[in-house]
Amino acid sequence: MIAKLIVFLPLLGAFIAGFFWRYIGEKAAQWLPTGILFLCAALSWMTFFSVAGGDAGTVPVANWITSGDFVAEWALRVDMLTAVMLVVVTTVSALVHLYSTGYMAEDPAKPRFFAYLSLFTFAMLMLVTADNLLQMFFGWEGVGLASYLLIGFWWKKPSANAAAIKAFVVNRVGDFGFALGIFGIYMVFGTIEFSEIFEQAHHFDGQTFRFLGADWDVLTTLTFLLFIGAMGKSAQLGLHTWLPDAMEGPTPVSALIHAATMVTAGVFLVCRMSPLFELAPDTLWFVTIIGATTAFFAATIGLVQYDIKRVIAYSTCSQLGYMFFAAGVGAYEAAMFHLFTHAFFKALLFLGAGSVIHAMHHEQDMRQYGGLHKVIPITSLMMLIGTLAITGVGIPLTHIGFAGFLSKDMIIEAAYGSQNAGHLYAFWIGVIAAAMTSFYSWRLYFKTFLGTYRGDHHTMEHAHESPMVMLIPLFVLGAGAVLAGMVFYEAFVGHEAYEFWNGTLFHHHYHEDHGTKVAEVLHLAHDVPAWVKVAPFVAMLSGLVLAVIFYLVSPGIPDALDKRHPALHEFLQRKWYFDELYDFLFVRPAMWIGRQLWKSGDGAVIDGTINGIAMGAVPAVSEAARRAQSGYLFRYASVMILGIIIIVSWFLFGGRA
Amino acid sequence: MSDASFISEYHWLTFVTFLPLAGAALLLLFSDSEEGDQLQIKRFALGVTVVVFIASIPLLMLFDPTQQGYQFIEETEWLGLLKYKLGVDGISLPFVMLTTFLMPLTILASWGVSKRVKEYMIAFLVLETLMIGVFVALDMILFYLFFEGGLIPMFLIIGVWGGKDRIYASFKFFLYTLLGSVLMLIAMLWMINEAGTSDIVQLQEYTFSSTPIEILGLTLPAGMQTLLWLAFFASFAVKMPMWPVHTWLPDAHVQAPTAGSVILAAVLLKMGGYGFLRFSLPMFPVASDQMATFVFTLSVIAIIYTSLVALVQEDIKKLIAYSSVAHMGYVTMGIFAGNQQGVDGAMFQMISHGFISGALFLLVGVIYDRMHTRDIGFYGGLAIRMPIYATVMGLFAMANVGLPGTSGFVGEILALTGTFQASTWVALFATTGVILSAAYMLYMYRQVVLGEMTNPKLAEITDMNGREVFIIAPLVIGTLLLGVQPGLVMDIFAPAVEHLLDGYDSAVAAAQGVMDTAAHSAPAH
Repeated sequence: MIAKLIVFLPLLGAFIAGFFWRYIGEKAAQWLPTGILFLCAALSWMTFFSVAGGDAGTVPVANWITSGDFVAEWALRVDMLTAVMLVVVTTVSALVHLYSTGYMAEDPAKPRFFAYLSLFTFAMLMLVTADNLLQMFFGWEGVGLASYLLIGFWWKKPSANAAAIKAFVVNRVGDFGFALGIFGIYMVFGTIEFSEIFEQAHHFDGQTFRFLGADWDVLTTLTFLLFIGAMGKSAQLGLHTWLPDAMEGPTPVSALIHAATMVTAGVFLVCRMSPLFELAPDTLWFVTIIGATTAFFAATIGLVQYDIKRVIAYSTCSQLGYMFFAAGVGAYEAAMFHLFTHAFFKALLFLGAGSVIHAMHHEQDMRQYGGLHKVIPITSLMMLIGTLAITGVGIPLTHIGFAGFLSKDMIIEAAYGSQNAGHLYAFWIGVIAAAMTSFYSWRLYFKTFLGTYRGDHHTMEHAHESPMVMLIPLFVLGAGAVLAGMVFYEAFVGHEAYEFWNGTLFHHHYHEDHGTKVAEVLHLAHDVPAWVKVAPFVAMLSGLVLAVIFYLVSPGIPDALDKRHPALHEFLQRKWYFDELYDFLFVRPAMWIGRQLWKSGDGAVIDGTINGIAMGAVPAVSEAARRAQSGYLFRYASVMILGIIIIVSWFLFGGRA
Repeated sequence: MSDASFISEYHWLTFVTFLPLAGAALLLLFSDSEEGDQLQIKRFALGVTVVVFIASIPLLMLFDPTQQGYQFIEETEWLGLLKYKLGVDGISLPFVMLTTFLMPLTILASWGVSKRVKEYMIAFLVLETLMIGVFVALDMILFYLFFEGGLIPMFLIIGVWGGKDRIYASFKFFLYTLLGSVLMLIAMLWMINEAGTSDIVQLQEYTFSSTPIEILGLTLPAGMQTLLWLAFFASFAVKMPMWPVHTWLPDAHVQAPTAGSVILAAVLLKMGGYGFLRFSLPMFPVASDQMATFVFTLSVIAIIYTSLVALVQEDIKKLIAYSSVAHMGYVTMGIFAGNQQGVDGAMFQMISHGFISGALFLLVGVIYDRMHTRDIGFYGGLAIRMPIYATVMGLFAMANVGLPGTSGFVGEILALTGTFQASTWVALFATTGVILSAAYMLYMYRQVVLGEMTNPKLAEITDMNGREVFIIAPLVIGTLLLGVQPGLVMDIFAPAVEHLLDGYDSAVAAAQGVMDTAAHSAPAH
């Protein structure tokens, strides 16, 4: 019952805010969804603790699709993996709702905004509570819709519209893989229900099936297809191009959808399907490579961006890469742990950035910032906490530190300790990207809050600290960014992990130690040499030192470097030319082919042929047409019917006689 | 059982089928010379279609999906071999309901028509009888009469009340569809001769020869069945329409008045799919099985080709018309996948497409009535002045894209699931349609509804009025309801589909057995 309330109340909120705001007033249309979300968040935390206490289960809601053996139910599966997602989604969503009452105060379409936010939350909750692949796909596409609507929220702006379409279409490329994965799983397993799939998974270990005219390993193929879907939703290398553009949406949206929740759906998918992925080492290798490469690639671009939101967007892309290679090396717990902590500090960074943007009259270019600490000290302090958390500040060789310190370092250690293919690549990339993360995060902080102000003075005069409704969410998230790692370390990835996850994350090998069972990969991760544990800390320090030199000590260096290596700078500025490449490879050819097929295919070839055949009939046709025009229509028609009847009769009676 | 016999006893099917025709006949008595007459005529036509819809509800209520075969059968000897026989099963009933449900809406959508209103309404009422007739006829010749007869009112609707190039479009429509059915007629006559009956029920039980024959050096592996299959295919493929005989559809849609487009897309196109399920699969199972690859190929081409073409359209109606062709590609693919999910998906897709494409054409009509152009470039920023329109259009754009939660998703996903089991290649290519459809629909939506309003001519455009909202509301509800509870429709047709496929599978298996035996016994000679 509680699960139903958590999932469906936001839908009710969306419905009321969207369609009935005229009757309840604009104020109520904001506070009602916000209130509902806080209630949902409270219920979610309750659920979290009761499920952690062993109270997992599935709540049936209704039948959805039944076609032969293909059965998809509406049902809410609440196990530990779901419970973690529930608290992440509802907590961040509630805070973002609250924050938006301040951030969107000037906007004329507030009810619509809150309706979309709540709609998104509903879809996301359907995604994480799904007990079968099709319901998950429902949520998956639902969040895609909400993302489309919210990116394009300011729909008069051409750039917002373009970004919204891009997000939807690129995600559909991923969905293409996801959908094929679902078809394939149904064909092989004869079901799309999770528990039934997981039960049977080991039967198909090493089996092959016919796919596209060749024999393929069943589980490798299916997981690979599902992972394509994950790549789209989570903006991994190749399908990442939509995420930076998605920053066209209002900043609270970026925090909720494009940082804390929706983009992590891909990671959730891989973890949810771990019983299959675990038996598909080749796919896991691919996941590791893609994840690690994305972590690196996105970080390089983040180094040179000037738009404050884009820096954070690339940072998100990069952090998602970490989560994926964590899953790729088999440490699903670490992936989920980072997903959990990242939700807090990344939402904090985004909402903090929103507070800056709010103060600076929607200026997003960091070149126009500087020295803002004096003007908006609270925001600055919160951003500092976020930066400490994402860069992973803590005391090496202990479990004391900011959230990112515990979760990111855990991933890097797991990558080193794992025995999966590609794990060392992931380890080294993880360390290097940690240095870059530190550099671009501190760069953002220094350029924005320290130094001297570089923008125009009119904006500065009106700059102000944000109202309480916007600061309170920052405080809560700030607390999360400080504590989430330390509080939940033992449960998520420590010695209690096995009991905590309670079988929702699957492993091939376990390690028994004094009666406590722990996943082999976690055991190996805890046992890595000391230098491995210190490596990310050193990387973080070097990034920090470099940022201090570049942006505080001698600010001339970055420009000089750009001038010395213009090609490299351009390459990174242009985001490795992915947009240009895709435009050239896909968009233009599709339009060109479309035009050719229309004009030449339909026009010249098909109609041409048919007109040619009909040529003999043209005089008769035009004559008849003239008549039809001039009122003989009914006669003409009746003659035709008569003709048909005569022909039929002749065949029937004359022919047989 | 007694309820069902009540329906037969009182010739309820005949009543429902011919009630619109009777209405049309009564309309002849109306005068249309006076100013107020037009409204009278419209009200009367609306009244007739509403009564027909209400009259069709008992069919739905009393229909027993668990019972195999046809129900509510009425049978009367007519002209010699030709029988008057009506009845419905789970496959035809949803189409009957779709027709009677949509007709009042299309009449309401025609409230603005001022040219020759009487003839217009007569044409639509006659068309309704013919459309219902197609789905309830259980005699092949009767079916043919309804099937071809429907061309005439539609031809008139396009040709008289259409747009600028209506003559060209109406003849293209007429010739295409008529030429397609000439071959079907010949095949039907041969079948009657061969089986000695034109009764569809008996024909479905008759086994047409599938021993290979040679014609002009070409071997037809399923012999006579292949020939008959091809003849029927020629007609149904044009109706669907399938690539490459689809080019009449965009022209017909663009020229047809709004109500004509709605009926064309929502009901007339479905006759092709219905025909495949009523004739091709049950009567020529061996040929259907063998021709599946051929149909798959055309379907996949249709999906990709027409989606790409839709991407570059400048006319809203053309864009939706091409999108219809692509969506019908899923239907043909699902039918010839020959498994439960495929055929269920195809059936559901047809019903769902009736709602969605009907609504889309109505929505185009809304702005066409105001601005008299369908040029995408003319519009932009409609959301500023038309928030209701923007919302509804957005919903149906998403439904057309197959967003889960709308009916568009269910049909597509089932058809693809079924197809995947038949051929992974086909499913792979067909699934690219989900990417392309998103691209062209969202592009159209952005160009027409979103953005700044730059065209000064739009400055005074008004949002949907009460009548327009009233028309679209049932379609909104239907699309969402069927998206969440598809069982409402699927429970009606799924048992019939299962029954159909049982027969299909055993026929194919039997033919396979014969061929295997022949192959095994050959060395013994």
